[in-house]
Amino acid sequence: MTQEAVPDGGPKRSVVRRRRPLTFDRVSFMVVFLGVPLAVFVIFVVSPFVQALWYSLTDWSGFSSGMNFVGLDNYVKLFHDDIFLKAVRNNVLLAIVVPIVTIVLSLTLATLVTIGGSGTGTVRGLKNAGFYRIVSFFPYVIPAIVIGLIWAQVFTPSSGILDAVLSKIGLSGFENYAWLGDARTAMPASMFVMIWGAVGFYMVLFIAAIRGIDPSVFEAARIDGAGRFRTAISLTVPLIRDNVQTAYVYLGIAALDAFVYMQALNPGGGPQNSTLVMPQQLFTTAFSKGQFGYSTAMGVVLAAVTMLFALVVFTVNALTGGRDQRKVKVRR
Amino acid sequence: MTTTTAERAVAARAPSSGAKEGRGVAVTAHIALILWSLLVILPLLWTVLSSFKSTQEVLGNPLSLPGKLHFENYVNAWTTAGIGRYFFNTVIVVGAALVLVMVLGAMCAYVLARFTFPGNRLIYYSMLAGLTFPVFLAIVPLFFVLKNLSLLNTLPGLIITYVAFALPFTVFFLHSFFKQLPGEIYEAAQIDGAGEWRTFFSVMLPMAKPGMASVAIFNFLGLWNQFLLPVALNTDSNNYVLSQGMASFASQAGYAVDFGALFAAVVITVAPVLVVYIIFQRQLQVSVTQGGVK
Repeated sequence: MTQEAVPDGGPKRSVVRRRRPLTFDRVSFMVVFLGVPLAVFVIFVVSPFVQALWYSLTDWSGFSSGMNFVGLDNYVKLFHDDIFLKAVRNNVLLAIVVPIVTIVLSLTLATLVTIGGSGTGTVRGLKNAGFYRIVSFFPYVIPAIVIGLIWAQVFTPSSGILDAVLSKIGLSGFENYAWLGDARTAMPASMFVMIWGAVGFYMVLFIAAIRGIDPSVFEAARIDGAGRFRTAISLTVPLIRDNVQTAYVYLGIAALDAFVYMQALNPGGGPQNSTLVMPQQLFTTAFSKGQFGYSTAMGVVLAAVTMLFALVVFTVNALTGGRDQRKVKVRR
Repeated sequence: MTTTTAERAVAARAPSSGAKEGRGVAVTAHIALILWSLLVILPLLWTVLSSFKSTQEVLGNPLSLPGKLHFENYVNAWTTAGIGRYFFNTVIVVGAALVLVMVLGAMCAYVLARFTFPGNRLIYYSMLAGLTFPVFLAIVPLFFVLKNLSLLNTLPGLIITYVAFALPFTVFFLHSFFKQLPGEIYEAAQIDGAGEWRTFFSVMLPMAKPGMASVAIFNFLGLWNQFLLPVALNTDSNNYVLSQGMASFASQAGYAVDFGALFAAVVITVAPVLVVYIIFQRQLQVSVTQGGVK
């Protein structure tokens, strides 16, 4: 991703030399253009992040003035906190399942839209592809909290539409089934909602990536007798591999958060804490219990897990030959 | 592309079994996509239908149609539940934050992209880091930063926080746009006697319009959907924005049981964005792919 910072093939940038006179225009320009955004950034983003590291080493409870340095005590306590460890496990589970299912689903749908068209010879897109694309993208523009609330209603026993439909088609066992209230189904149901919210966005991304592949590559494969399924698995996926990696990182980071969805579906952490996630626990510890030092330690763990996750994805992709696969030229 | 014409001619003479297979694939593809589309549309449709039902009807058969259209649900949601107030708060907060972050982000990105000075890279990479760290790490100290500035539970406080956390993405995205602008135009403007301010606002900024549009769309959706920052930093119910207002309404609805109004509130929240989306969907999807493929 960082390679994008330097535009390739772009026109040469002009470098403003510093020996130009320091006029009022130039000085005021630099002060305002750089100073104001930086001040906002430093005060509201950088300083809280730095302070968090310090707070996590104290027993600060916020409103009282007492703040003692306790070293790594908070972290030691965290690793014996069964509820927090449960939340960590839930987050890790989310970060594994949600990205994989979302990517498989959205990649399948994107493939169907782009190369599912009938006919021989040229690889064609599907009729009405625009309609499917527009509809699938809907959830992206709906606030996540509202997605959660809608599905919470859908899952509600007896008055929710899911139980009604299931019992209508003969599955009478589901007439009054609490999807979010049963520890066995609460997590899968919550995962489903997150996936529902994400598929459309990644489908659109993958469609663009597949369209970016030189069509003659597909035609060559077709002439060599590769079926559509074969084409999708051994041609498309390797060619848009970097997009898949980016998607995996984004989705994983979203799954390590998951705060909004879980807060809408099961604000209390779900039956037996089966859907409790780290951010929820952090939020309660901080703003309900006032244990600010302890909760920022949770934040540090969350950040560490997030970084570790990104690192694992990049490493796995690099080890399995991420960049070497791109022998076929990809057209932008 | 030019070599493919001959290949296409060869492929066109392929045996007809290929055509049959192709049609089968197309039918399967349509079925799969229609199923997914239904999965997307049906819950939304059910929400719209339920928003016209009385509470008894909502709690009755979920598959039934509303007996008569209870428009009062919308009135109740808008006034009694305070959705109207939250809506205007959201418009103010998101509108102000969007304008500010676009201006500040463009300025910062422009300076970082086109001027060399010590610390340039450092600032750029710290912005990048600010983009990747989870907001949850910052939320507790941020609470006290705002408290000390007397900005806690105020709309200006929320606006400036929105600006700060949308800034890294805006700068990162616009940076590459400003880098690509031709340097000759800058020189020409300078030779013609335009100062730095003038050069930026009359020459460089207008040229970055496509990039600005894409980022603005992204930021709009991101800020409109923002949930964590308001629930942590804006706890005065008079200042609620839509997302947190919806959450608090839903958690109250369990006791007050005005389900019709709850569904109406959902429709009120979703409808404007959905209409805007349908009008601008092409532009939006282009923006998404520009931002995402990078």
